[in-house]
Amino acid sequence: MNEQLLHILPLLVTLINFYILASRRLLACVEAVALQGALIAFLPLLLHGTSAHAVVIAGGAFLLKGIIIPLLLIRAMRRLGIAREIESLIGFVPTMVIGVAITAVAFLCADVLPLAAQHYQSLVVPTALATMSCGLLLIITRRKALTQVLGYLVLENGIYIFGTLLSEALPLMVEAGVLLDLLVTVFIMGIVLHQIKREFATLDTSPLTELKE
Amino acid sequence: MAMACIVGAALLLLVSGTPGLVFSRRSNYSERISVALVALAALYGVGGCVSLLLGGQAQQLVVAGYLPIGALVLRADAVAVVFLLPIFVISLCGALYGLRYWPQRQQPRNGRKLRLCYGILAGSMALVVLAADAVLFIVVWEMMAVAGYFLITTEDDKAAVRQAGYVYIVATHLGTAALLVMFILLEQMGGSLVFPAMHSLVATPLAGVVFVLALFGFGSKAGLMPLHLWLPGGHGSAPAHVSAILSGVMIKTGIYGLVRVSGFFVAPPPWWGWLLLVMGVVSAVMGVVFAIAQHDIKRLLAYHSVENIGIIAMGLGLALLGRSYHLPVLAALGLAGALLHVVNHSLFKSLLFYCAGAVIHATGTQEIDRYGGLIKTMPKTALLFVGAAVAICGLPPLNGFVSEWFIYLGFFRAVQHSSIAVTLSALLAPALALVGGLAVACFVKVFGITFLGAPRSRQAGDGHEAAALMLWPMAFIMLVCVLIGVMPVLVKALLGPALAAWGIDAVTLPQMFAHARLDAVGGCAAALLALVLLVAGGLRWQRRRHVQQRGATWGCGYQFATARIQYTASSFAELLVGMFSWGLLPHREQPRINGVLPEPTAFCSHTPDVVLDRLVLPAASRFAAACATVRHYLQHGILGIYILYMAAALALLLVVAGGW
Amino acid sequence: MADILLHNLLLLLLAPLLPGVIGKTKAFFAGRKGAPLLQLYYDLARLARKGMVVSDTTSWVFFAGPVLALAVPLLAGQFLPFGALAAPLSFNGDALVYVYMFGLLRFFTASAALDTGSPFEGMGAAREVSYAALLEPGILLVLLVLGRLAGDFSLQGMLSSATLSASWHGSEVALGLITAALLVVVLAENARIPVDDPNTHLELTMIHEVMVLDHSGPALGLIEYGSALKLWLTGALVIQLVVPLLLPPQLGASALTAAFVVGQMLLAVIIGVIESAMARLSLPRIPALIIGAGLLAAFALVLVLR
Repeated sequence: MNEQLLHILPLLVTLINFYILASRRLLACVEAVALQGALIAFLPLLLHGTSAHAVVIAGGAFLLKGIIIPLLLIRAMRRLGIAREIESLIGFVPTMVIGVAITAVAFLCADVLPLAAQHYQSLVVPTALATMSCGLLLIITRRKALTQVLGYLVLENGIYIFGTLLSEALPLMVEAGVLLDLLVTVFIMGIVLHQIKREFATLDTSPLTELKE
Repeated sequence: MAMACIVGAALLLLVSGTPGLVFSRRSNYSERISVALVALAALYGVGGCVSLLLGGQAQQLVVAGYLPIGALVLRADAVAVVFLLPIFVISLCGALYGLRYWPQRQQPRNGRKLRLCYGILAGSMALVVLAADAVLFIVVWEMMAVAGYFLITTEDDKAAVRQAGYVYIVATHLGTAALLVMFILLEQMGGSLVFPAMHSLVATPLAGVVFVLALFGFGSKAGLMPLHLWLPGGHGSAPAHVSAILSGVMIKTGIYGLVRVSGFFVAPPPWWGWLLLVMGVVSAVMGVVFAIAQHDIKRLLAYHSVENIGIIAMGLGLALLGRSYHLPVLAALGLAGALLHVVNHSLFKSLLFYCAGAVIHATGTQEIDRYGGLIKTMPKTALLFVGAAVAICGLPPLNGFVSEWFIYLGFFRAVQHSSIAVTLSALLAPALALVGGLAVACFVKVFGITFLGAPRSRQAGDGHEAAALMLWPMAFIMLVCVLIGVMPVLVKALLGPALAAWGIDAVTLPQMFAHARLDAVGGCAAALLALVLLVAGGLRWQRRRHVQQRGATWGCGYQFATARIQYTASSFAELLVGMFSWGLLPHREQPRINGVLPEPTAFCSHTPDVVLDRLVLPAASRFAAACATVRHYLQHGILGIYILYMAAALALLLVVAGGW
Repeated sequence: MADILLHNLLLLLLAPLLPGVIGKTKAFFAGRKGAPLLQLYYDLARLARKGMVVSDTTSWVFFAGPVLALAVPLLAGQFLPFGALAAPLSFNGDALVYVYMFGLLRFFTASAALDTGSPFEGMGAAREVSYAALLEPGILLVLLVLGRLAGDFSLQGMLSSATLSASWHGSEVALGLITAALLVVVLAENARIPVDDPNTHLELTMIHEVMVLDHSGPALGLIEYGSALKLWLTGALVIQLVVPLLLPPQLGASALTAAFVVGQMLLAVIIGVIESAMARLSLPRIPALIIGAGLLAAFALVLVLR
């Protein structure tokens, strides 16, 4: 059962990546990111069993990634009256194609990395790589500041997945610190979003190009 | 005996145009004699090829060395036969077709030149395939190139034609330069200018250089993207039967070169196969996408040659991968697909150009958007065109499907392998499927807009059926296409020896043919034809028994329909051109429309070649400008300075010579 | 021999039921009574007894579309297994013959549309061939995945329940992905919502239906019957794929075949539900859906390759 879940869960996470890349609706994207966060929160439990350490990390991640941050984002969306449609720099189909291509590379080449013996053939490593690169892709290709925050969250999800492989070795404090950082970042981005909105009356980041020199 | 026939046929082709030198410009006799010579050559050539296949042995002919370069070696094996057969057959078809398409009586300006060069081109192509030493090869290769130039510039009074010829001659000579270097390197590896035997050279790093040079030299002749610069203009400018032989046969000499050179080496490194596969995919996909965007029927067909060369390169790439990883069945499937597609493409592409020629002859324009409804005035041409279109799209029951099917089987063979290095190639297989789908889109467009619906211009309405002498060669080619499609078992006799000559061993061949059940594919094609006839018969029977009415096409409520509201080629392609605009960079002139009652306005769009028109030509003109600047500094008109240059050059030479 | 006969009878007799089931499902969701289940049978019988109105603009190509609409599915049906009924024809690489024959059908359907000279039909033809070209790579990727898993390259080998039920253990995600991709293929190939709306009445928005506007009488009958057969044949791919997951592998032959037929009807119900629940996508979004399906299949291929 555990084995099978470990097989399916990373792939679900990857599929959510594709969904986020393909979806045009902001709310759906936020929900998908929340679902992804909630899913990967269980990874430490699957990988390391139900030790106290793992339970604390999983619980914290679930609360933060699955519930608090998405709620914050949705609140920000309401407050700022953000349009629901997402704008993309290079179009949706190319983003999807690039996303699948880098995911494919991650899955095909993960075993080339110098991994610990027990992680060879595991789906967790490529999923982490793929999630990180999809997050980056989102940040690069999307125009609205809020979607870029979403990209940042996906990127962080990828890092978290990587972290779960090490969480035996990692002290709880470090984990907690990372999660806290994330929360703070989202807060800061919220403030920045507000400022952008006030300054330019839009959340499009393209006007920021006017700030160069 | 077989060898003598083939070489004799090649020489006969070479001189087949010379009667024109003796007779007058407007004389019918010279072209008739010349066609008779070509026919004789084709007869001898095909006979020689068949007896060579039956004999099963490669044959060699050495012309002893009266020349300073030593003996000339000619060699014919089954691989050569695959390329020779189309050369002989298509030359004859084109020569016959030309009697009515480009009669000397009506084309006194260039009719004789065309016959002369046509013969030289056909003969030198045959000699290229036969040549087995570097010197002879380069000489006949160059003859072929120059003859091609004069054929492309048949109508040299037109500026566009001269421009196309210029691009061609530059492109082909760049290729030849690469080939010269390649042959020198080969000589150093093999120790002789005579071609080494198959599988006799070790693939050292230097061999990689040889392969890249061959890919450049032969690829620019074959038209692999992005080396296809000369193709669209060249094929678009030449008379139809010349385009047919250039596009159907001459560009295959590039493929021949690649097959031959890659065959010299034992176990080539995998990157050879990968490079060829990737270039094949790029050519195939971009070739067909560019074809969709064209409005000119011959340019469109030219881009389809790029596509088909891409498909052939994919097959060859698979074959090389098979050789690299010691998978003989994969190698056999890939090569069989590539070689069969060489034959098939020479058939249906020539047929398409002949049809296009008949249409241009009847309407006087190459613009697809000015055609329409030609099936009424030229029913036979339309039928032949639709057959060729189905064949080139790789659809059953015709021959194009069989060769693509081999390549697909190769991919499926690859995907079942255990090593990821091999299976990755299967990720390129969908490109072939995409190409198939796009080709269908493109040929529905060409066929539909040209032959179906109502005439879009007066010329299209007044069209006339092609002359019988033009239709007969076309019908013959169509017959061969159907034959290969319905009875592909026949090509076993050709493919088997050819694969063996390329070094596929005797154990693999039966395995491969057990894997690729040609009889089953042929059976399916025959069953499909039978079912179609059955259903059509049923429909006809039903229609006889019930009242039939004629009426106007349903106008969806619009009453004042004219032929001009029909979908045009440009509008048909709009969706796909939009989807691929990232690669096509189409040019659109779209005036802004203002107000409620705007002024009359016009919209136009066309798609220039990205590599040639947006990259190479601007780069070349910038380079020329830079050279002009340099010249501006050097050129003073003062005699003393020029003598100084000469002295400096001499001194430099002395230093170089002394230093070394 | 009896098996082959039964195989063809299933195809020929039950296929026209599917549009009926879809129609009933949609009527149920719309709160209507709907046309009878057997409506298509009545239609076909009626059309077979009619004369035709043929446009003056047309030529023989106009009839090639309807003729192939029947001939192609008839032959293509011979390559597919239905439940435990083995495919009457099977050889290595028949999957490609199957796919490319539908390409031939598309060639002539679109040509027949252009033959009328109607601008709307030209529009439909352009859309049909453009979207189908994008669909093609996805279909091939699905075949590659199946071929890799089965180690065989005939449809019979790829879709036999024994191999598939083994594959569903271990490659469940890949198979799930290609099932989803195949579902999109079924909807797109058969001109169903969300790609095309078979019931729309505005020619501008149609894809498939607009191409057959000018056909009447027996020609229309051939087209209608042919598209029912095509729906059965494309649906059969999905059902063959899914049945081994849902049912135990040691099922008897007749039970398996019965499960297949029930599955086909269920698929028709599912299509009806999708059509009731969704709206047609706007035209610019259709490529995204089709390419997305292809990308899912590509990812599935990556999964089975590693």
